[in-house]
Amino acid sequence: MAMKVRSLQRHLREGVKNVFRNGWMSVASIAAVTVTLILVGVFLAVMLNLNQMADNIEEDVEISVHIDRTAEETQIRELGKQLEEIDKVDTVIFSSKDDELEKLIDSMGEEGQAWELFEQDNPLNHAFTVRAKNPDDTVPIAAEIESLDYVDDVIYGKDVVERLFEFNKYARTIGLVLIIGLVFTAIFLISNTIKLTIMARSKEIGIMKLVGATNGFIRWPFFIEGMLLGIFGSLLPIILILVGYYYVDTKLSSQITFNFVELLPFNPFAWQLSLLIVSIGAFIGVWGSVMSVRKFLKV
Amino acid sequence: MILMKDIYKKYPNGVTALNGVSLNIEEGEFVYIVGPSGAGKSTFVKLIYREEKPTKGSIVINDSNLSDLKEKEVPFLRRKIGVIFQDFKLLSRLTVYENVAYALEVIGENPKNIRTLVMDVLELVGLKNKSRFIPDELSGGEQQRVSIARAIVNRPKIVIADEPTGNLDPDTSWEIMRIFEEINSRGTTIMMATHNKEIVNTIKKRVIAIEGGRIVRDQDRGDYGYES
Repeated sequence: MAMKVRSLQRHLREGVKNVFRNGWMSVASIAAVTVTLILVGVFLAVMLNLNQMADNIEEDVEISVHIDRTAEETQIRELGKQLEEIDKVDTVIFSSKDDELEKLIDSMGEEGQAWELFEQDNPLNHAFTVRAKNPDDTVPIAAEIESLDYVDDVIYGKDVVERLFEFNKYARTIGLVLIIGLVFTAIFLISNTIKLTIMARSKEIGIMKLVGATNGFIRWPFFIEGMLLGIFGSLLPIILILVGYYYVDTKLSSQITFNFVELLPFNPFAWQLSLLIVSIGAFIGVWGSVMSVRKFLKV
Repeated sequence: MILMKDIYKKYPNGVTALNGVSLNIEEGEFVYIVGPSGAGKSTFVKLIYREEKPTKGSIVINDSNLSDLKEKEVPFLRRKIGVIFQDFKLLSRLTVYENVAYALEVIGENPKNIRTLVMDVLELVGLKNKSRFIPDELSGGEQQRVSIARAIVNRPKIVIADEPTGNLDPDTSWEIMRIFEEINSRGTTIMMATHNKEIVNTIKKRVIAIEGGRIVRDQDRGDYGYES
């Protein structure tokens, strides 16, 4: 695609001019991009955060296997071996009752200091911490562990984990389907809008060809025009997302303090999302205009 | 310069527009194509800049045979031929200046030269002071002159005009003929399809009369008329 810089400048100038020459049609196209990208942006922000939360929860899911106090050292070792042999188990880590107490004290923060009294007479059990290769398998693995000897208790937040995994699975699938559907609807809408502006210009394209313009020469300004429409259309969505996300991130997350509800940090997430939005916008615009102009170039 | 041999043109709807036309036009000639409406004048003109392809026969322009021309090469043929259309075919959203400049941008002319070239040619057609107007703000004669300016701005060797005075009043028509004579005197080959008897009979040039898709008369410094 050897093109002189001079020609590129000319096409850029022409593309910009076309946006203004088309007046209200350009406004309509930009509005279509804007509406779509706001929806896509909100969906992406919600979905990516849900995904992130799901990942956080999944990473946190470990099975704590409390060992019967009567178990001897060899029996404990035997149990450890059995745990490792279970299918789909990733890691098995022994943690003595002193380690367990320390973890508990750490997790309680200030209040935990009260528990330091127990260091003399530790009421906790020795435990194994088991992680599944795939967090989805946590529930069956836990069930299998419960049937082993010298297991006192198996703890993994049964209900919470089960429900969260279900929810995440559906949320991800539904979100993905919605986003793909939305983007395709947008492309369709926009290519139609741009097609209308080009339809009105099909006579113009005919004249350009009669004057000796090559297809490439005719196409470039349309390419740039489409890209500009897409980029202009993404400006408002980006502003809304930056402002909205900043608000949610600062105001809301200080009010809701579940340890797993942690939003992706504004920086860099909101910027990355903006970049993605402007790219989608430019892609939609270019795609729409190039597809529509193609038809008229075949004349 | 323009060489046609046994050209037949039959349209898909069954109409035969040209029925065996052969001719040779030399460089620097000024040729009128005359004939009644529907005689095939417009088809004849369209064949040269490849808006239509002949059903049979060969056309050679500037030593290149149009039958061998690939789709991709068509734009480059058109750049060598300035075409003036009866309905002007101006880009309605561009100014006079931009319309003329377009023909130069297409060929990749250096932008530094475009302004001078465009303004010079607008001066030649007498529209220098209307360069910022859009076509709708101009009279028919002025639009025709813009179309002429666009056709000649890149100095093509051949200029083809399809009834350039068809929509114009007599005074404007003479004005336009003056421009044609001027560019012809610079060595440009001119081929003009026309119905204007007065012009043909006053400004004497070679006359090719077409009727029923055939050349019925080909005469230097001929008069208007096609009844053989």
